[in-house]
Amino acid sequence: MLRFLARRMGQAIAVLLLVSLIMFVFLHAMPGGLVRAQLGPRATRAAVRQLTRLEGLTKPLPVQYGIWLWNLVHGNLGFSYRQNSSVAKLLIEYFPRTLILGGVSFLLTIILAIPLGVFQGSRAQLKLDYAITGGLVALYSLPTFLKGAILILVFSIELQFFPDTAENYGRNFGTDVSVLILPILTLTFGSLAFFSRYIRSSVIDNLGADYVRTARAKGVGEVRLLVRHVLRNSLLPFVSQIGIALPLIVSGTLIIEFLFDFPGLGLLYWDAQQTRTYPIMLGIVLLLSVLVVAGNLLADLAYAVLDPRIRYG
Amino acid sequence: MADASVGVQTIGWARWRKWRQDIGVFVSNRAALVSLAFLVLIILFCYVGPLIYRTNQTTATLLNASLPPSSQFPLGTDPEGFDVLGRLMVGGQSTLEVAFAVAVISTAFGALIGALAGYIGGAVDSFLMRLVDTMLAIPFLFLAVLIAVLLSPTLPIVALAIAAVSWPSTARIVRSEALTIRTRDYVTAATGFGSWHLQLVGRHILPNTIGSIVVNATLKLATAILLFSAVSFLGLGPPPPATSWGAMATVGVQHLYDNNWWLLWPAAAAIGLTVIAVTLVGDGLYDVAARLSRDAK
Repeated sequence: MLRFLARRMGQAIAVLLLVSLIMFVFLHAMPGGLVRAQLGPRATRAAVRQLTRLEGLTKPLPVQYGIWLWNLVHGNLGFSYRQNSSVAKLLIEYFPRTLILGGVSFLLTIILAIPLGVFQGSRAQLKLDYAITGGLVALYSLPTFLKGAILILVFSIELQFFPDTAENYGRNFGTDVSVLILPILTLTFGSLAFFSRYIRSSVIDNLGADYVRTARAKGVGEVRLLVRHVLRNSLLPFVSQIGIALPLIVSGTLIIEFLFDFPGLGLLYWDAQQTRTYPIMLGIVLLLSVLVVAGNLLADLAYAVLDPRIRYG
Repeated sequence: MADASVGVQTIGWARWRKWRQDIGVFVSNRAALVSLAFLVLIILFCYVGPLIYRTNQTTATLLNASLPPSSQFPLGTDPEGFDVLGRLMVGGQSTLEVAFAVAVISTAFGALIGALAGYIGGAVDSFLMRLVDTMLAIPFLFLAVLIAVLLSPTLPIVALAIAAVSWPSTARIVRSEALTIRTRDYVTAATGFGSWHLQLVGRHILPNTIGSIVVNATLKLATAILLFSAVSFLGLGPPPPATSWGAMATVGVQHLYDNNWWLLWPAAAAIGLTVIAVTLVGDGLYDVAARLSRDAK
């Protein structure tokens, strides 16, 4: 287990270093370079020269990367002159809201996907299974923003249950739950098909296994068989699948936050993209990548804890 | 075998028979067949349609803004006065072209990386796979937007940006297949005959993974349409007056409250139905590929 842990941690660190290296290359590949990106095209030559020296841009590139990485590890992600705020401070302000959006949606997806997938798997090839699969495929085949638009059309324009915008979210933290409902539902619909399809095929595979025949032979009831035996074994590969689905959910927040004016990292990213504020864009991408890598690592560790075959394999 | 030419003929005949069997497997999947027909219709609609149904798609006519469907405009007009039916054709062209380019580029690149990693193994494999992990760790939509914005978002660049975030999954699949293929006897034999590494990858590894590569490319086509729509929604689609299905649906979303259904639903249906059709064709091809790999064993 320790060896597995060490190897997996090593991989995660290597991936994070590669992410930072790619971001560093982007930082220097951007039009006009780092200084122009911060000061804008109309900065005076003196200002450019001063900031160039200030940022240590006269040093050799590997040294610059080292300094940049050192700063990164210490939470110094650069400064946005446009917002007159450090990038780290902006991230700390916007991140919790995205975390709530993504986290609640993620939990909801799992809560919905497991029973749905098990139900479908146990009734595979029947009409109801086809109907549910059809519905999920339809959901899967529409871009996220259209799913959101349809929800807005039904729940805020026709029924007027929930507001169509979340722009005021976070003003009075915790009380404004109703603005969260449509964004969370949209995000959940996006990943539901991915998860339930996976559980469905996993359940079908397991139902054909020898242990199921044995359990049936000794008289285990159908429900107990599904919950106690099949579900447990089907969930194992599902745990590692969670890590793969994380980028899907995180990418979904970009679209949803833009659609609903939800003041999270996605909207901050979109604004930064409009004004070409690269330090913010890179900071957000870095933060989200760390999140995905950490999530992947946790999922793999959970997998190894649950399944001894992985640990010693 | 007495005569060499007879042997060649038999091989040709066997190939033809096998080819027909493969087509038979695909045709027996009704959904895949219908989807393929639908895709052909969509392509005809987008490329032949504008030759028959001529509309002005370059200059806005604000006098005709947001008209409901009528005999003159079968699907109405958008807020800039463009005919929506004609616009679906033009928007479809850019959407299909970007999706096709993404599928080809990302599949080719991913397959090459995967085949090299799986075939060479060792440190090269570790490095390439960490690169794949890295690309999968950076949320793809954020990365695609970053690349597009850094390099100025023109249509080819947007296609390249989407391809840049789409290749890693292909690389993973092809690598795992290459790992098993390189232990096969014919690869050992080819090595014994003195084949170069690149020759081996090109002649034996890649052709033997072609089944899963084609299936994967089809699915890439579907995700590329969705990703391009998402990018269009974020304002990085083709610059006006050019458009895409995603950009058209975005106009519909912006006018949700005006009840102008013809702005939203035709474009949404075009995206959704095309993605479903491509996915079902991919399923049909998967059946064929599964059969191919069964035969190979």
